[in-house]
Amino acid sequence: MAETFVVLRHRQVEGLHRLAVYREHGGYAQLERAVTTMTPSQVVDVVKASGLRGRGGAGFPTGLKWSFVPPDAYPRYVVVNNDESEPGTFKDHELTLRNPHQVIEGAAIAAYAIDAAKVYIYCRGEFWQEMAFLEQAIEEANQAGVLGRSVCGSDYSLDVHVVPGAGAYICGEETALLSSMEGDLGQPRLKPPFPVGAGLYGLPTVVNNTETLANVPPIIEHGAQWYRSMGTERSPGTKVFSVSGHVERPGNYELVLGSPFEELLDLAGGVWKGRSLKAVLPAGASAPIIDAATAREMNLDWESVARTGSILGSASFIILDETVDAAWVAAKTTEFFEHESCGKCTPCREGTYWLNRLYRRLLEGEGGEFDVQLIADVLGIMEGKSFCPLGEFALSVPRSTLASFADDYAALSAATEEGTDR
Amino acid sequence: MGLLRERFGQQVQGAIRRYPEGRQASAVLSLLYLAQTAYGHLSDEAVTEVAEILDMSPTHVRGLAGFYTLLRERPHGGYLIQVCTDLSCALRGAEDVLEKLCAKVGAQPGETSPDGLFTVERVMCLAACDRAPVMQVNLEYFYDLTEDQLDEIIEELRRAAADGPERRPPFGFGPPSEMTTGESRSG
Repeated sequence: MAETFVVLRHRQVEGLHRLAVYREHGGYAQLERAVTTMTPSQVVDVVKASGLRGRGGAGFPTGLKWSFVPPDAYPRYVVVNNDESEPGTFKDHELTLRNPHQVIEGAAIAAYAIDAAKVYIYCRGEFWQEMAFLEQAIEEANQAGVLGRSVCGSDYSLDVHVVPGAGAYICGEETALLSSMEGDLGQPRLKPPFPVGAGLYGLPTVVNNTETLANVPPIIEHGAQWYRSMGTERSPGTKVFSVSGHVERPGNYELVLGSPFEELLDLAGGVWKGRSLKAVLPAGASAPIIDAATAREMNLDWESVARTGSILGSASFIILDETVDAAWVAAKTTEFFEHESCGKCTPCREGTYWLNRLYRRLLEGEGGEFDVQLIADVLGIMEGKSFCPLGEFALSVPRSTLASFADDYAALSAATEEGTDR
Repeated sequence: MGLLRERFGQQVQGAIRRYPEGRQASAVLSLLYLAQTAYGHLSDEAVTEVAEILDMSPTHVRGLAGFYTLLRERPHGGYLIQVCTDLSCALRGAEDVLEKLCAKVGAQPGETSPDGLFTVERVMCLAACDRAPVMQVNLEYFYDLTEDQLDEIIEELRRAAADGPERRPPFGFGPPSEMTTGESRSG
């Protein structure tokens, strides 16, 4: 089977990041159609009926989220979460560079659907190039009268702005992102209230991932039934899978949801250097590891991946070949979370710190069975205690590697004990 | 008037105007980027000026500078080289690249080279794992790094520095040097 390009349409159209080219290929026609021929609630209904689910990780139904905006509170905001920071995820990077107008059009349709007058696109600070491209695209759209005071000639007006982050993984969590946008530390807030009721400046705010919004114009164009003709009953449509690590052709691949994992691996050229597959991390550093045998039987939709005990998340597949030590993988993800813990709550801040020290001791040949047991203890203590999901994500790879690849840990601690004088 | 308003008065106003009236604190990260470009790093003067413009407490602004990794509280070399050593890059040789780079420029991670030209840092995922290993030099991406290609890159950076600061990619809030193509350089 081949890829299906719903959001990575620039793969088939050269220069799609320029407004003229985008419009030649039907660009902004769906925004125009929405604002001139549809009511906001009709737009919400189509997106709801399509079954589109959030592509940032949680998979929450997009149309349903839009419908939760409280009826009388104004102004309202749409915030695009372009803070792509999960290790192994680079889909929004490609989308905003190559197909920025489709993201902007989707965000504008979302804004019309919830009657917002402003869209903010929050980009991770490292995305200077992406921000420049988005600014250029917004400027082009404003000049052409597609956005601004009179969107596509209607009486709906909309401003779109780019907002820079400054290097903090936690800001991908929507309430932390909003805190960051308000000039505070990027630390998460208690939910509820959810942003859709009390978000930016305490006002109704729909926060959607970049890829999610890029799906919206095609859904308006072809309808909910068309969208549902792809994918599975509960996971309709296509998804961009970022494949990295030990494959011949790392890259983004867009497949209908429910495709077999084998197909994705084939598209990426298979495991590199003719080696065999050891395991897969399906959602970067945040998801439990999946061993080769299980992965090869797995389909790529939220439900199928969940049945393996892992999560689809943002679908960033890090492929690990047979030479990889699973304890080393857990040490790397732990190092990441220790660095990115925002410091707000003690279980995550202290837990990731101690886990990191324990893993380093193991890898440096100074740890033993005692340390492996201590890692398991710390994981148990942290479980369910953190303020936000980051503290839980930090446990995923250590816990799952301990369970599935205990031999790798045993080898490390045995190596230490052999080298110790007793 | 401070250096920030002197050099970037228009951009400062532009950043503030993006947000609703009374919500100027939302522009603080934009202003901190501009301030570190104007002052070289976020010195006390830089932080004070940002706080003044936005009517925020300097202590709060200093806290932000400490929280976000792209905000620079200390001076760094003309080139800030940030090498991703996160999982996807590490699986494809990032540690070797980093080691070679450090030897080449004469600075360990976290340090600045004796000639003041290069500061080397390990960083977390830069969202370009399909082209690992990856680094950013003053936030410009370099992809698919190999040890040999590093030599060329470093030589080119040294040459550009010798030609004068205007040829260096700027570190701060401004257009990246190759924004018109969407392609950064491969190593």
